[in-house]
Amino acid sequence: MTRSPVLRVGVKILLPYIMLFALYVQFHGDLGAGGGFQAGVIFAAAMILYSLVFGLEAARRVVPPRVAEVFMALGLLLYGGTGVAGLLAGGNYLDYAVFSPHHPQHGQHWGIFAVELGVGLAVSAVMLSIFFSFAGRRRAE
Amino acid sequence: MTWQPALGEEWIVLPLLTLLACTAIIIVRMRSLFAAVMLTGAYSLLGASWMLLLDAPDVAFTEASVGAGLSTVLMLGTLALTGREAKAPRQRPLVPLLLVALTGAALVYGTLDMPFYGDPGAPVQRYPSPSYLERMPGEFDVPNAVTAVLASYRGYDTLGETTVIFTAGIGVLLLLRGRPKRNESADAASRKRDRA
Amino acid sequence: MTRVLGLYNYWITILLMMTGFLMVIWRTNFVKKVIGLSLFQTSVYLLYLTMGKVQGGTAPILNGSAVYSHPLPSVLMLTAIVVGISTAAVALAFVVRIREAYGTIDEDELKALDDAE
Repeated sequence: MTRSPVLRVGVKILLPYIMLFALYVQFHGDLGAGGGFQAGVIFAAAMILYSLVFGLEAARRVVPPRVAEVFMALGLLLYGGTGVAGLLAGGNYLDYAVFSPHHPQHGQHWGIFAVELGVGLAVSAVMLSIFFSFAGRRRAE
Repeated sequence: MTWQPALGEEWIVLPLLTLLACTAIIIVRMRSLFAAVMLTGAYSLLGASWMLLLDAPDVAFTEASVGAGLSTVLMLGTLALTGREAKAPRQRPLVPLLLVALTGAALVYGTLDMPFYGDPGAPVQRYPSPSYLERMPGEFDVPNAVTAVLASYRGYDTLGETTVIFTAGIGVLLLLRGRPKRNESADAASRKRDRA
Repeated sequence: MTRVLGLYNYWITILLMMTGFLMVIWRTNFVKKVIGLSLFQTSVYLLYLTMGKVQGGTAPILNGSAVYSHPLPSVLMLTAIVVGISTAAVALAFVVRIREAYGTIDEDELKALDDAE
């Protein structure tokens, strides 16, 4: 944790925009550059910045490690589950066109949205968990 | 040969590539791990700039946030746990240098047949046919081809990659969670002292 | 001259690859080795992307323009970068555990410790 007021205030101002940018990259990724991988990494980077300035304990209160672990699995499940939903709708695994029989293009769009969301959740949770486990380790002498 | 260098762009690309090469060589020679890690961040950022020129903005800003952000933080975290200075290597790197020079020469020899930078007739550009870009307008209403290929055309691939990331996360958690055990030889020594 | 300009990009990526390789086989510090691996990895990303580039093309985001660079290398490298950082994190975690178990992360010292036992 740093006591420097410049850093603390500066980071407080920056953080909302970084997270907003992560959300933008996540949900605008099919229209412009971006997607789940980038959004996940940017979100994790925002949390890491918070933790560097305000301390690991504060970051752990915002995102408990337990929650990060759950989201890790949840993201992957969302990806796999989208594939299974395609199966249930009568198509192939990971075939999104069947979600909207009359407008296969919309089905594709929904499928991509769900899959990217899964990727974003999984990536940000994994990156955060990795950071927490490195930062929480004490130096052995 | 009809290929012409795009001179306007070359003025940016050539210095950028030379800078990348210089950074890499400095990183190899560096003894302070801290400086090496910081330079690796700079190297990633330079790489990301070139990726932007290579028309891959998606990759460029992934590399910028991962290479210059996350991986730097993780490496610094490791340094805090293990120590900052590397020992100077004992022997002159004659054998490794020879090995590397030989491998590099073989690879450079291999490039002599490669299509030139940005050649539209390169084999890469003709595969697959019809290309994703030609198929996309009928099948998707999303304009970003990278997202469409990533999530739909090559959905299995990305599922596999996500699983790898998940598994790596589990691996790190298993390796680093919990308290560090005390050094075992120290344990044995203290037990010996207790007995005495 | 045309050939040098046309192949310079490959040569630089090969040079980067070889610096990473040199670092892995020459430096004995494990963190250095991991850095070397990540240099090598970045050079592979660049090698793939440089092949997908088309002169005068733009990023493959369809907007009615005529020439796009190939999207496939982007897709492959995008996932590879994130997988790369995760696997590098596993490698670094191993380095931390090795430091805790042996008290050193230098290859030669580690070998000496193992030989002494």
